[in-house]
Amino acid sequence: MLRFIARRLLETIPVLLIIITATFFMIRFVPGGPFTAEKAVPPDVLRNLEAHYGLDRPLYRQYLDYVGSLLCGDLGPSFKYPNRTVNEIIGDTLPVSLELGGWALLVALGVGLPLGILAAARHNRVLDHLCSSFGLVGICVPTFVLGPLLALAFGIYLRWFNVSGWYGPSDRVLPAITLGLFYAAYVMRLARGGMLEVLHQDYIRTARAKGASEARVIFRHALRGGLLPVVSFLGPAIAGILTGSFVIETIFQIPGLGRQFVNSAFSRDYTLVLGTVLLYAVLLVALNLVVDIVQVWLNPKLKFE
Amino acid sequence: MTTSAPAALVTAPEPLERGSSPGHDAWVRLRKNRLAVGGALVLLALSLLCVCGPWFAQSYQDQNLDLGATAPSATHWLGTDTLGRDLFARMLYGGRISIMVGLVATFVALTIGVTYGAVAGYVGGKTDMVMMRVVDIMYALPFTIFVILLMVFMKEPSERLDAWLRNTAHLDGFQGFGNMLLLFAAIGAVEWLTMARIVRGQVLTIKRMEYIEAARALGFGSRRIIFRHILPNVLGPVIVYATLTVPAVMLLEAFLSFLGLGVQPPMSSWGSLIKDGAEKMEEYWWLLVFPGGVFSLTLFSLNFLGDGLRDALDVRAAKD
Repeated sequence: MLRFIARRLLETIPVLLIIITATFFMIRFVPGGPFTAEKAVPPDVLRNLEAHYGLDRPLYRQYLDYVGSLLCGDLGPSFKYPNRTVNEIIGDTLPVSLELGGWALLVALGVGLPLGILAAARHNRVLDHLCSSFGLVGICVPTFVLGPLLALAFGIYLRWFNVSGWYGPSDRVLPAITLGLFYAAYVMRLARGGMLEVLHQDYIRTARAKGASEARVIFRHALRGGLLPVVSFLGPAIAGILTGSFVIETIFQIPGLGRQFVNSAFSRDYTLVLGTVLLYAVLLVALNLVVDIVQVWLNPKLKFE
Repeated sequence: MTTSAPAALVTAPEPLERGSSPGHDAWVRLRKNRLAVGGALVLLALSLLCVCGPWFAQSYQDQNLDLGATAPSATHWLGTDTLGRDLFARMLYGGRISIMVGLVATFVALTIGVTYGAVAGYVGGKTDMVMMRVVDIMYALPFTIFVILLMVFMKEPSERLDAWLRNTAHLDGFQGFGNMLLLFAAIGAVEWLTMARIVRGQVLTIKRMEYIEAARALGFGSRRIIFRHILPNVLGPVIVYATLTVPAVMLLEAFLSFLGLGVQPPMSSWGSLIKDGAEKMEEYWWLLVFPGGVFSLTLFSLNFLGDGLRDALDVRAAKD
């Protein structure tokens, strides 16, 4: 297993390098820069600014410098927020996004898993049909429709929650539900399908024949195998929750990294864009690795290849 | 299927008595699936409305500032927006854009994915390994982020293309053309990966069959074998996956438009209408509810149809 992890970690180095290089040159080859505003900056000031941030040097030098400082863990200064570094901005906004993502994941698993298991246990009965309908609806309503609708219903008409902001614990409810519900629906479908497949197998019949109670059959015998599809979906799900927060943070005015990223792209804040892309890439790669390990741990038939 | 095999051996003078072909079987199975048929009907109705509707409805650009935003009424069925534009007409035009983006971007993804997968699967060996490794790596990339970057940073070049079309090539009616092109490219570049994997898998099994060997023995070139003999047999899974790609593409377009990166005003897609509606929902609920509802309904129908097709054609297309 250690060899597996080591090899995967080694593989990520070229992937990350490709991401940095591609992003760096893509955003530089396009006209316009962080200092081209509606109101033109005087040429002298512009030259000073560019000199200050090292933008006047040849592109390849800037690239090498950037990669060099990356190796020291320094993501550089922000161009749009004077006197702030990218590290500081990410340090301020990332925890917010992670918290939102955590709640959303909790919604996804907390709602999706019980419903999926329930639906499989009551296969082809009313409860199954109800859960399956939820699965269908949840998958087809996009977050950017669901979010505003929830805000409209629970924020504006019922006044249970604030429509926007990120202050008290109640402000977590609507964004987490909005972000998590799609994944809850998906998890429900996967859990139901996985459980149904497992419940048809011989070892389950054996367990039943030996007189195990239905609850014991489901939770002791079927669950571990039945949830494998859910586990392999967790990698893409977490990635989706991370990038899905762009929209959620815009809708609910949450000061997280997703909104910051979209804003920084609009304002051409080169270093902030690069830093955020890199951070997302590292997060995704790391999460995928964890998911792969958990998958093998759950299913001994798989091997670390 | 069993009845068609002997019939094919005997060269019948006229195909009067046709056995049930696999295609026919699939059609029968699809028609039994009520959700899929319902989805297909809804889609048909919506696309007819969106294609023909704008000829009858008011123009989507007609403003009536004195009117302002009004709730649904007899004259404006779905109400008007803050500029006094008829929401129904705007939704019809928006639907045209959304559907067009969905179809064209899917086609782009399809073309790239099928060609890539077919070449990788057919050539095999080291080439295959390298090509699929590239796909693996791209899977690991945070692609939504790249699409966002692409849309932001390529905006100016796309606007320059518009200006060139207008001023140098003197082509009218191409407003927003560059932006569209960019949208197709950006979305197509993301969605082809799964298609490439599916096609490669199919090609790997097909290329070992005898008729391919026969074609090679007859001295046909690789290109002819790939495009004439292999690809037609991969069509089933490709069609199924394509119907499932259309909603994914429309979702991505709406996602981008919601962030203000997709279709640019005065044009509107369902995504940008939802964005406008979400901004003004506190006072004017209808601006959010109708576009959001119709868009969700479309996604519903497309997913039902795709699932139904998959069951009918009984192909195990990996839906990621």
